[in-house]
Amino acid sequence: MDVLWCETLAFKVNADERLVWRGRHVSTAFLLQVDQAEFVIQILAGRIAAVKKGSFPIADWVFALRANEAAWHEFLQPIPKPGFHDVMAMLKLKHLTMEGDLYPLMSHLLYFKDVLASVRGNEVTA
Amino acid sequence: MMDDSTSKNSTSVDSLSHHGVSAHVFVEPIVGRYMHLTFNGQHHRVYVEEAGTGVPLLCLHTAGADTRQYRALMNDTELLQQFRVIAFDLPWHGKSSPPEGWQNSTYRLSSKDYTQAILAVADALQLDQPIVMGCSIGGRIVLHLALEHPERFGAAIGLQSGAHVEPYYDLEWLHRSDVHGGEIAAGIVSGLIGPLSPVLHKWETLWHYMQGGPGVFKGDLFFYNADGDIRDRVKKIDTKKCPLWLLTGEYDYSCTPEDTAFLGKTIEGVTWQIMQGMGHFPMSEDPEKFLTYLKPVLQQALRARAA
Repeated sequence: MDVLWCETLAFKVNADERLVWRGRHVSTAFLLQVDQAEFVIQILAGRIAAVKKGSFPIADWVFALRANEAAWHEFLQPIPKPGFHDVMAMLKLKHLTMEGDLYPLMSHLLYFKDVLASVRGNEVTA
Repeated sequence: MMDDSTSKNSTSVDSLSHHGVSAHVFVEPIVGRYMHLTFNGQHHRVYVEEAGTGVPLLCLHTAGADTRQYRALMNDTELLQQFRVIAFDLPWHGKSSPPEGWQNSTYRLSSKDYTQAILAVADALQLDQPIVMGCSIGGRIVLHLALEHPERFGAAIGLQSGAHVEPYYDLEWLHRSDVHGGEIAAGIVSGLIGPLSPVLHKWETLWHYMQGGPGVFKGDLFFYNADGDIRDRVKKIDTKKCPLWLLTGEYDYSCTPEDTAFLGKTIEGVTWQIMQGMGHFPMSEDPEKFLTYLKPVLQQALRARAA
C-alpha cells in the first residue's frame, strides 16, 4: 500500500505540467512522516525525482512534515473536515509539526500545498 | 444582452460589436474615486468606491487585501436598492497610496490608526449612522468601533471576528527580499478559503493577496496578532448602543468558530452564526452563498438602526 501511495504522489505531480512548472525553481528533499514511517521525497526542478521509505539521518532532508496516520487520513479526504483541509490549518491546530530549514517550503508554499493535495482521495498508510 | 437582474444597476454597451468587440459588454455599477484627507497626522490619498443608494453600508477589507473583496455585494441588485455600499482601500492597500516617506518606514497597523482611518473616511463622506461591516482585521476593528464609538454607527457586522489571534507561524516569512511577497501571502491564506468555494472566486481572492505591497500583509497582522487584542474589553460592548452581528466561516482556522463563539458568550445581546462550508473571506470566496447569510442580518440591522 505504501508503494502504491509513493508511486501515486510521483505520478500525480509529474503528470501535472503546470504544477511542475510552478516548482521549476525547487530542488530539495523533504521528509513526510506518517506515524513512525518516514518517507523522503526528492524534488528536482519541480519534478518528484524519488520517494524513499525508511529511517533517514537528518542530512537526507531539508525540512520535515510530521503527523500521525489519522491526521493524514483526514487531510487526504476529497472534502476534508475543518482543521485538516490544509497543512497550515493542521499546523495551527497542532495536528502537524514542521521542522528543519523551511525556506524551500515557505518560498513555494502554494506549490507544496498542491503537491500534497495531488494525492487527495488516496489512502495514506504507514 | 444583459438579463433583468443586472440591468437596473449597470450599463450595457452594444455599439462596440461592429469593432469586433463582443456585444456582451457589461459595465458594473461600481464607481471609484480618490479622496485626499488627513488623518493620523499625515496626508493620505485614499481610494473609495461605492454602488447603490440608501442606508450607508461601510465595508472593510481583510489584512493585505483591498476593496475588490466586496465586488459581489456591489453588484447585487437587491442589495443596491436598499444600501449605499461603500468600501475603501486602507492606506498602503489596493489603489490607495502609502503616505509620503513610506520608503523610510516599516508599515504597522495600530488600533488607533485603523480607527482614525475609518472615522476620517466616514466623516469625509458625511455618512449618517452607517452600518459598518468588516472582515478579519475588519471584523476585529468593528468590535473596537462598537466599544469606543457606538454613537457613530447604526449597527456593526463582524465577519470572521475574534477578540485575539495568536500567530502560528513566523511572520517574518511575509516580508523577506528572498521570498516573493505575493506568492507567500497567497500561500499563507489559500487554506483559509473553504474547500467548497468556487474555483473562480478562490483564485480571484488569492490574486488580491498576490498584489499586495511588500510588508503590508505583515504590517496589518501587527494589529491582528498584537495591538488589536480586545479580549479583556469585549464584554463592555453595549449592543443597545451599537447592535452587533457576527458571521464566521466553518473552515476558518485563523479566526475560528470557537473565537466567535467566545464573543457570542461574552457580549450581551450579540447575534452570531457559523457559516457552513465557508472560510475566512466569505464575501469574496463564495459571495452567492455568503449573501444568503448576510441578507437576513442586514434586514435585522436595518430595523435595529431605525429603532
